[in-house]
Amino acid sequence: MGRMQRETVIRAKGLSKIYREGTTELRALQEVDFEARAGELTLLMGPSGSGKTTLLSILGCILRASKGKLEVLGEDVTSLPEKELPRIRREAIGFVFQGFNLFPTLTAAENVAVALDVRGVRGATARKRGEELLGEVGLAQKAKSFPADLSGGQKQRVAIARALAGDPPILLADEPTAALDGTSGRAVIELLQRLARVYGRAVVMVTHDPRVLSFGDRIIHLEDGRIVREEASGPNAMQTPSIVRRYPAGPIVSYEVSV
Amino acid sequence: MGLLARRNLFHDKVRFAVTLTGIVFALVLIIIQFGLFLGFTTTTSNNIDHSNADLWVVFHGVGYFDTGRNFSERKFYQVLSTPGVERAEKYMQAFARWKHPDGRVENVQVIGFHPGSGLGEPWNVVQGSVAGLMQEDSVIVDELYREKLGVAKIGDRVEIGDHRARVVGFTRGIRSFTTSPFVYAKFKNSLDYTNPESSEESTAYILVKAAEGVPAKELQERLRARLTDVDVYTTAEFSQKTRFYWMFTTGAGLAVLTAALMGLVVGIAVVAQTIYAATMDHIREYGTLKAMGATNRYLYRVLIEQAVWSAVLGYGMAMIVAHFIVQASEKGGAIILMPWSMSAGMLVLAVVMCVAAALVSINKVTRIDPAMVFRG
Repeated sequence: MGRMQRETVIRAKGLSKIYREGTTELRALQEVDFEARAGELTLLMGPSGSGKTTLLSILGCILRASKGKLEVLGEDVTSLPEKELPRIRREAIGFVFQGFNLFPTLTAAENVAVALDVRGVRGATARKRGEELLGEVGLAQKAKSFPADLSGGQKQRVAIARALAGDPPILLADEPTAALDGTSGRAVIELLQRLARVYGRAVVMVTHDPRVLSFGDRIIHLEDGRIVREEASGPNAMQTPSIVRRYPAGPIVSYEVSV
Repeated sequence: MGLLARRNLFHDKVRFAVTLTGIVFALVLIIIQFGLFLGFTTTTSNNIDHSNADLWVVFHGVGYFDTGRNFSERKFYQVLSTPGVERAEKYMQAFARWKHPDGRVENVQVIGFHPGSGLGEPWNVVQGSVAGLMQEDSVIVDELYREKLGVAKIGDRVEIGDHRARVVGFTRGIRSFTTSPFVYAKFKNSLDYTNPESSEESTAYILVKAAEGVPAKELQERLRARLTDVDVYTTAEFSQKTRFYWMFTTGAGLAVLTAALMGLVVGIAVVAQTIYAATMDHIREYGTLKAMGATNRYLYRVLIEQAVWSAVLGYGMAMIVAHFIVQASEKGGAIILMPWSMSAGMLVLAVVMCVAAALVSINKVTRIDPAMVFRG
């Protein structure tokens, strides 16, 4: 499980995304450089419409950038044909959504098993692995519960277990605590932080939630489709050589990125 | 995948019940219409198919069974003297007026043949026997028409074309497509009932049995070469011509086939609508699957599996309903036939219908933008 090296698992250079509608152009992202590293919890923050979700979608190989280069686990995905992208998502990425997006007709264990099924793991192996993953997020006793019988926090933990099904080195989360109360939100962010720090995953999380700020290793602020500021925080800021190298000024460092 | 397909399908029980109702309705409609078509078709040529003859000699230009026209029995002797003919018999079909014991009148189709010859005899005789027709003025009718003909038992007396007749037997399941019941009599009596002025030296058909080892086709050519003013058909050809006439020239067959086609179209529409609505209900889940890396192929399999489940369950229920309808039809004027090949064909049709219906949803799922999962 340990991916303790701080290798870069996502490397984006000059990412732009332009939406065109008739003669109108919307520049959702402009020349964004970004790296996600194993063992780090990176927070993407910014006002609505700043391009956070667009960036997360591009990093997750769900959306194509209009311009720029994106490497996931060293593979240049910008040059890959469309039909290759599901493979990258299966092999490298797990998603956690604000609205959980669980399958309401399946139990918690079955929800996790579906993610394994998509990856070709079926039958008893899938069931066993599904239960293990639920155990890892502290929900072993809820394996047979349907989403409707779970609290918001439990649903999000099931969703995280599902995201871990393919043992992906990258977890992308879109406002995972937004719909949760304080206690549940804290449990979820602690889990995501542990997945980064203890299990060495690169976790990138879009958030508006000020309660989670202290959990992030890096906080990236977006406005109008550009990165305007990057902060490093938390214990990793001191312990991670790459971050120390880039942010030598202390545990919480802010600096303006040239735009 | 299979689990998700089944759970999503069965989750909304009301919707699933509507889907099944649509499939059952469509399939039963198709089964009834095709079954009626088969039943009608078989009925039109029943007497030909059961004639035990190899060849039929008919007046030139007579296209189907129910319009036999008399010709001289000289042809009959020409046939008999043709090498390769083992046996030949005169055979007669004509309409007549049947008077009930209480005076009511019905139209009937009188079939005249030579009892004991083994050619053109009624079959499925459940009361009395064909040999009973050797007696003068005796007839055999089908038990389906007891009420219509006003007879209840052997020995009942009626009048046919102002000639007295006595019922000596009943058959089971010999229907008439023209709705005028068949009345079997010996050849001589059939002339009395239908056209008393006609000479016994004429006939409407000659049924021919080929000698052993002589192919029917070869004998047909021989007879064609010898006989003028008549047509010579193999039994299969004449049966085919009769069936074709009633089913397609009259439009009767087209009507039932069109209804069957309508059943198919309605079935596809109902199933497509319900599967599409179910897909739209779960569209976010399909988006989530796509985001998780599921290929379009994976999603298609979920939808097709749902379609196949719907088809198989709908088929099972439709077969139960159809079974009762087919059974009930055996006592009615129009038989609905459902041979095993049709039952098997219906399963294939049900699956094709449901998968075709699922294509609408497949098209929708293909176009899902997985980025939708990030929108609220």
